Amino acid sequence: MNVDAGKLPLIRQQVVLSGVGGQGILFLSRLLAEAAIAGGFPVLTSETHGMAQRGGVVVSHLKVGGFDSPLVRTGRADLLLVLKEENVAFHREFLADGGTLVVNAPVPTDAGPRVRAHAVDADALALSAGAPHAANLVLLGFALARIGGGTAGGIFCSGGEIREALSRRQGGGGSRFAASLSALDLGIAHGTW
Amino acid sequence: MSDRILMQGNDAIARGLVEAGCAVAASYPGTPASEILSSIDRWRKKCGATMHVEWAVNEKVALEIAYTAAIAGLRAAVSMKQVGLNVASDPLLSAAYLGVTGGFLVVSADDPGPHSSQTEQDSRLLAMMAKVPVLDPASPAQAMALAGTGFDLSEAFGVPVMLRPTTRVCHASQDVDAAPFRPPVREARFVKDPARWAATPAYRRLLHDRLAEKIAAIAAWPATAPIRVNPEVSPAKAVVASGVAFAHARELFGELGISCRIALYQVIQPYPLHAAFIDHLLETYEEILVLEESAPVIEMQVADRRRVRGRMTGAVPGTGELLPEIIERLLSRFAGLPVPGGALPAQGGGRRPTLCPGCAHRSSFYAIRMAAPAGIYPSDIGCYTLGINLGAVDTVLCMGAAVSQAAGFDYAHRLSGKQVDIVATIGDSTFYHAGIPPLIDAVVQGARFVLVILDNGTTAMTGNQPTPGTGIGAGGETTAAVDMEGLVRACGVRFCRTANPDRLPEFIALLKEALDHARERGVAVVIARQPCAMVARAAGGKAPGAIVITEECNGCRHCVDRFECPALVFDEAANRVRIDEMLCTGCGVCVSVCPEGAIHLEPAGEKRS
Ligand code: SF4
Ligand code: SF4
Repeated sequence: MNVDAGKLPLIRQQVVLSGVGGQGILFLSRLLAEAAIAGGFPVLTSETHGMAQRGGVVVSHLKVGGFDSPLVRTGRADLLLVLKEENVAFHREFLADGGTLVVNAPVPTDAGPRVRAHAVDADALALSAGAPHAANLVLLGFALARIGGGTAGGIFCSGGEIREALSRRQGGGGSRFAASLSALDLGIAHGTW
Repeated sequence: MSDRILMQGNDAIARGLVEAGCAVAASYPGTPASEILSSIDRWRKKCGATMHVEWAVNEKVALEIAYTAAIAGLRAAVSMKQVGLNVASDPLLSAAYLGVTGGFLVVSADDPGPHSSQTEQDSRLLAMMAKVPVLDPASPAQAMALAGTGFDLSEAFGVPVMLRPTTRVCHASQDVDAAPFRPPVREARFVKDPARWAATPAYRRLLHDRLAEKIAAIAAWPATAPIRVNPEVSPAKAVVASGVAFAHARELFGELGISCRIALYQVIQPYPLHAAFIDHLLETYEEILVLEESAPVIEMQVADRRRVRGRMTGAVPGTGELLPEIIERLLSRFAGLPVPGGALPAQGGGRRPTLCPGCAHRSSFYAIRMAAPAGIYPSDIGCYTLGINLGAVDTVLCMGAAVSQAAGFDYAHRLSGKQVDIVATIGDSTFYHAGIPPLIDAVVQGARFVLVILDNGTTAMTGNQPTPGTGIGAGGETTAAVDMEGLVRACGVRFCRTANPDRLPEFIALLKEALDHARERGVAVVIARQPCAMVARAAGGKAPGAIVITEECNGCRHCVDRFECPALVFDEAANRVRIDEMLCTGCGVCVSVCPEGAIHLEPAGEKRS
């Protein structure tokens, strides 16, 4: 349905983003989706709206490549990004064997034997940078650096493509864009081995 | 760079409507349909079309406005969530008889699950009752295309048409082609024909006959006929699916490798189901599995109980969302493959939603429990339904019912010779939507209760759409504004006072005064007026100061349990409360909540550590 037959995508990647209302999960999933489109991939996402956005559990699904269904099934996600550590307990079911968990927490959360887990204290980093509401971008930057972005075996897009997507979204140049960029770079710096 | 952009389902529907020349659009906000109307206004501005776009006071009014434009020859659309369609069902059923001259689309968004609704009802059943054809998109891109198809269908047969997306279409996003467009323009022209537009019962009978003929013809309309995904094979089994259940099924057909063994059909128009398709199914297949949300609308039209399986036969769960994990199991079983036993995604669990830090509703609810500790608290639909966490919401039925339920509780107890304090809460938007008729009724019947109208000047839950009290239109333009106090008094209420609930001691005293009035003299209304904290934050409102918690905090938990501001965090190790400075708005209301006087507001800039 959404697959352009002329240029069948080589990448198929499924990502679940989890957090609570107000943390910017929706923003993050749209940013990633826009980066995917700019990279020439078809994309499908599914978002949480309504009452849950008032501080309740919020989850976004993101599928890059030729898919029809907007939902990631349990056991299928290549990547799980968690902005609220307590959510790992009930969202780790989405991860595939060999999948990767990146969580906003001071130390890695145990997510079972067949999962690679990475942690970054994105809240503390964002606060220290004077941008407490940009923990989402710190986490994303960290994940891109730690797992690799735009490379084989890594996330479908690179840090540079996220920067471009941010600039399109926030009209590159303003103070909001500058704050977003520095949060992303802070995460990248901490994620680089 | 591609010219494809990320479009949310609701945005795609809006784009499809505007592109097809929709001239009048009206709506009342409700998840998952809320974004459609604001998006229509954005597309309108983008292509420079001349349109009337409005947030109507409720769904019934919205439908009547759009319908009327369609009998004046224009293309028009109304959008709402499924329970909104209940409110608008009266004009819908009649509009089906009378028909239209311009295209008329009713977008009713369902919420199987339900994720953010009172019910998981299926709007397609209401379409069937109304004898209105209904289209069931599987993706944002298809929803966009079907908006145009819907107008064509509506005009080809002169009937209203329903477009029924679900949450997983409305709130899915997808890359969609965003080429510039120029919508067609028409001139409004109402041709008088009172025998039709004001038909009497005798003529309605004829109109009903005519409608039945139209429905029979629509069941043969080629443009909305079911699509066979894999025509190259001729197996003995078929899966018939619609909406997002089809999207899940199509993806799973590939993954499970069953495309060569089972036929897959997408039904675009679940009602009326194409007659030739029904014959074809029954002539061709031994077993047919129907996947649809959330009622067995397709299934019931394929009338062979021995060969058709679905929600009616129990082969498919009778309630709840058809998640892809469930469809994977159903398809595996149907194909004779091993059935996977993997987990379903976690339902519930995790942090419960709560009112925002600095939300004035929290103050109102705290005050209500202080003023009427033994009271009954009927409430209504909105952010303030979360007052349930604060023990200040006892009932929630449907839009506007807080007022009628308050009256109902009084009459019921009065019969038993009892008087109870009843304090009902309703938001400003909900009050305008459905709270006024029950208030008039309560005054006339001499009901004894206090109604607190939580007036935060917005429809907050659904994304801060304007209310009739704000004087702002759907596109940000200036409109007339309704005077709430004048309206309440005009309903016959003799006690009507307005106050800021964040001034807690004064507000509690006012509520007690209102309760005294209600006990002796009938309905009292208190308008709790304070802007939504989210709106204030977005507007860059300055915090009045910084909150500190002194050594006097003895860990009694009163503020966290009874006031539940997310910025008040109980530190178990230290057995005291601390402030989460990332969340605190500095509203200062908690200062008067602490019984120990341990919470202080330091004037801005003077905070000590
Ligand atoms: S959005 Fe506004 S009304 Fe709703 S909980 Fe937050 S502050 Fe309160
Ligand atoms: S001042 Fe008190 S009530 Fe207001 S947001 Fe901060 S902690 Fe919550």
